Amino acid sequence: MTNLTIFLLALLVGFEVIGKVPATLHTPLMSAANAIHGVVLVGAMLIAASADTPVGYALACLAAAFAAMNVVGGYVVTGRMLQMFRRADPPARRRADGADPERPLPAAPARRADGAE
Amino acid sequence: MSTVDTMVRLTYLAAATCFVLGLHLMNSPARARRGNQLSAAGMVAAVVATLVLIVDAKAITATGWIVLAAGAGAGAAAGRYAARTVQMTAMPQLVSLFNAVGGGAAAVVAVQEFTRLAEPVPARVAVPTVLDVLIGAVTFTGSLVASGKLQGLLTSSPVVFTGRRALTATLSAVAVAAGVVAATGRGGALPLSALLLAALALGVVTVLPIGGADMPVVISLLNALTGTAVAMAGFVLDNSVLIVAGALVGASGTILTVLMAQAMNRSVVSIVVGGFGTGDSAGAAAGPAGAGVRTVTADDAAIQLAYASKVVIVPGYGLAAAQAQHAVQELAGLLTARGVEVTYAIHPVAGRMPGHMNVLLAEANVPYPQMRELDEANAEFPRTDVALVVGANDVTNPAARRPGNPVSGMPILDVDAARSVIVIKRSMGHGYAGIDNELYTNPKTGMLFADAKAGLTALVAGVKTLVG
Repeated sequence: MTNLTIFLLALLVGFEVIGKVPATLHTPLMSAANAIHGVVLVGAMLIAASADTPVGYALACLAAAFAAMNVVGGYVVTGRMLQMFRRADPPARRRADGADPERPLPAAPARRADGAE
Repeated sequence: MSTVDTMVRLTYLAAATCFVLGLHLMNSPARARRGNQLSAAGMVAAVVATLVLIVDAKAITATGWIVLAAGAGAGAAAGRYAARTVQMTAMPQLVSLFNAVGGGAAAVVAVQEFTRLAEPVPARVAVPTVLDVLIGAVTFTGSLVASGKLQGLLTSSPVVFTGRRALTATLSAVAVAAGVVAATGRGGALPLSALLLAALALGVVTVLPIGGADMPVVISLLNALTGTAVAMAGFVLDNSVLIVAGALVGASGTILTVLMAQAMNRSVVSIVVGGFGTGDSAGAAAGPAGAGVRTVTADDAAIQLAYASKVVIVPGYGLAAAQAQHAVQELAGLLTARGVEVTYAIHPVAGRMPGHMNVLLAEANVPYPQMRELDEANAEFPRTDVALVVGANDVTNPAARRPGNPVSGMPILDVDAARSVIVIKRSMGHGYAGIDNELYTNPKTGMLFADAKAGLTALVAGVKTLVG
């Protein structure tokens, strides 16, 4: 009964929190959620602790491999994606652009510099 | 409750809190990275707490430690390698693959716990076990098939064969019958095995007939199912952190499923029933010049763009398929440098999973403040000088505003509200809905017949030479 309560409340919290995520971040969101369900690794550890037959060991090993792949891969790839989301062009890039002799007036960066004065 | 038990439970509570706060932080791109780190910290805490619990219980055998370490080590290495090497265009299949192994792990955990207990297995374990095995196994094979379709290992067209409905019905009947027997906690391993096999087969026959273009919905749905399976594993093991994490993922997957289905103008049921929809290379090429279509040259289009004050780029999956993200960003950079205001209008299904196009553009260094969602973009079109449509089709079709055709009622980008429109497209071929796009015959529209990448490269060259 307690577990069912926890489940329902967590579901409601999930709807509330995730409904606010902008469409821009839906892929990282899904990837992050994906990593979170890798918590089944905890379950794999618990069954490894109680296993004492060859079948039990095989199942525990399989579950641990699956879950570890899920959790590690999930967090790494989410981090990789989120790292790419930038507010503006990275400074190095802007400098390279500014140095381009073919381009007249790099308008946007110049304006930004004026604003900062 | 021993001290260790209390500490472990409190740590689980803290981990669950980290997951919720981590997801909460994802509501802004600026804080999302911190959210992911917080969530990962919660995960590490949960795993460490479980290790403490296992060591304290002293029940685990030496073999148990070895299989656990070997399995987790191999899985972690594989996951890390895949995550570091994957191309951003291949993200949907990787997410699908992780989804598959997560669902598989949840099913395996329940099977092991169920078979370990003496009969009759109490209902508190047996019932969630049945649900876990059913959902987890369907998700496992279903996600593998989806991943294979996205990777091109399997055809992305719907696979329809005679007797498919009958096969699905038979498998479902077997699964339900075996599930009911297993849920009573009697009959040994047989009913559970029958359930497992039927569910594995069901996953395959359910996803095979679904077309490649429906993948955003399918991936979201499978994600929701995996979350539910993990929550069920939590019920089986009486473990709160699994229940909370599973429920969170179930909620996120459900929300995304509904959003994607709405954006595609399809019901979730009709997609899962399948047999409709097309592969990636949709529509036969109907020759470049249809009636009433105005074509433009790359040079004319380049001049039009360079002298505009506001340009909105509408990228579709064709842009990603042609790997043209970097070319489009180069064009946008040139225009911005000339003082043109450039934004991107991104339809929710412009990709193979929710938000996929945003990730592809982010990878090409497009700053996220330039990315507009559907509603924001539609508010901008009336004051847009040139809308540049690259590789998008049905999501720009004004026919969606009228009843009586396959795209009726679908939320679209109001590209035709812009003062002029340039469409880069290989031919007049149809999109996924299989109908003519009225945007192309609009007098405001100029068609630039080219591959997305070649067309954009020509525009970049045009802007540089003609007005640079």
